[in-house]
Amino acid sequence: MYTQGLDQAGKSDPAKPGPETREQLDAFQTRIDAEEKIEAKDWMPEAYRRTLVRQISQHAHSEIIGMQPEGNWLTRAPSLKRKAILLAKVQDEAGHGLYLYSAAETLGVSRDQMVADLLSGKAKYSSIFNYPTLSWADIGAIGWLVDGAAIMNQIPLCRCSYGPYSRAMIRVCKEESFHQRQGYEIMLTLCGGTAEQKAMAQDALNRFWWPSLMMFGPNDANSTHSAQSMAWKIKRFSNDELRQKFIDVTVPQAEFLGLTVPDDELRYNEETEHYEHSDIDWQEFFDVIAGNGPCNKQRMEKRRKAQDDGAWVREAARVYAEKKAAASAAA
Amino acid sequence: MSDNLLMAAYASRLGDNALVLGQRMIELVAASPELEEELANANFSLDYIGQARMFYTYAGKCEGVGRDEDDFAFLRPEHEYRNLLLVEQPNGHFGDSTVRQVLFESWYLHLLEALTRCSDEGISEIAARAIKEVRYHLRHSSQWLLRLGDGTEESHRRVQQSLDNLWKFTGEMFSPDDLDDEMRAIFNGPHLEIIEAQWREDVRAIVEQATLKMPDNQWMASGGKQGRHTEHFGYLLAEMQHLQQTYPGATW
Repeated sequence: MYTQGLDQAGKSDPAKPGPETREQLDAFQTRIDAEEKIEAKDWMPEAYRRTLVRQISQHAHSEIIGMQPEGNWLTRAPSLKRKAILLAKVQDEAGHGLYLYSAAETLGVSRDQMVADLLSGKAKYSSIFNYPTLSWADIGAIGWLVDGAAIMNQIPLCRCSYGPYSRAMIRVCKEESFHQRQGYEIMLTLCGGTAEQKAMAQDALNRFWWPSLMMFGPNDANSTHSAQSMAWKIKRFSNDELRQKFIDVTVPQAEFLGLTVPDDELRYNEETEHYEHSDIDWQEFFDVIAGNGPCNKQRMEKRRKAQDDGAWVREAARVYAEKKAAASAAA
Repeated sequence: MSDNLLMAAYASRLGDNALVLGQRMIELVAASPELEEELANANFSLDYIGQARMFYTYAGKCEGVGRDEDDFAFLRPEHEYRNLLLVEQPNGHFGDSTVRQVLFESWYLHLLEALTRCSDEGISEIAARAIKEVRYHLRHSSQWLLRLGDGTEESHRRVQQSLDNLWKFTGEMFSPDDLDDEMRAIFNGPHLEIIEAQWREDVRAIVEQATLKMPDNQWMASGGKQGRHTEHFGYLLAEMQHLQQTYPGATW
């Protein structure tokens, strides 16, 4: 899943220029402009490296935290088939987290460090996972809307200038499109079901619509790092462009389901061939990013508890490995 | 009982073990001690859910009254579940769940092996598929038992306690009831006493390698195979069946 917050800088500004010479920067930009892939051992500007570490690790963290809201319905999935599909999806997310951490490690930062940054609250993850999953329909809505938005964000990342990230994204995107389809299929089933099931689906759309639009990040005018990221071809489209594309694709899907998008001002503009929508409540977005969403605390506590509860296990594994290494060295 | 109904009962019991253990493992999602273990746990629980689906579907076919996998999983009350008490035990800490896996899978592997040789093609085919998964699971859980047993003082102490605590749930695996006896007589089913000897040997080997101590002979809990469960089970079932019970007849 789930980039976003890609333009959310931490306290130190990752785009701050490093000690490079003009010549080095120009030569680097020439490679980027020629659509060459930058590989782990290639020279790169410090700010490029920092931007990627921030973005890829945020993405990895999002995958890991994103397991929680869906995991919330694993034990209660309504059929064995749904349970198996959701479990496979959550497993994919752990896998995405794993290879995204690996991609970030190629930039010289350790997974331990990235995890420590997540647990200390220094690193961010996608704001969408700070919303609760209150009904089974939320699992459908997450697949349809959240994975749908993630795909919009991530398809262009398959062409990202940094090779290891771009290759990781190609694999992630293949799995995401399956996730998106299974989510929509849950919604289709609910909307073709009983009145109670359809109401459940509408309620899920009502709650997840706006947070999904926020996944694309702030409006272009307020997006701090977009210009540099675009020049470096880490980012290919602006937040607003991607958001518009998502809305244009998703509104007809909602209509097909017989659901109402919770926006009174939503209308199709024949001239521009785009949907127009009302303003996003950016205060809510910035509140959630700042830690004040419905589940921020709960998500982090669960993550920290898993880390703390597992400390003795990891220590045992470390000591056991040392004993084995010592024994084989002595043999 | 007709042969078909006997097979239905036996297959659904196998399904119960797989589903209940799978459900317990699912509770561990997003709580593993490390990311690699997160993947392994999800993968293994997915195997168990898959096995449950195969066993239940086959049970429904043998029974012949139109019940499908979800009818078995979601529409039966507690006492109709015939899983071993061991698999319904709460996850506890990582040592507890590791020991539960080792004890169960060491038995299940031999059981499945025996079932591949039974005369019922339906069951032997499912067993042949499941055995590949379980062999791998057991390798994984055994490796963890070694790390915990022969790791730090703390991990050794904790996992020895887990072993001692869960031991009383192992007796049930080897005490045949009527269903086991008939399965053996009619379909060349597993000999539980042979499996017990194999199990004891395997478990002793891994326990000793892990520098742990085999628990003493002791009183053994039983009842799972007759539908008398531990208190923990009702909660597991209530949670799992929540949607099907709240919205009867709905399609999901």
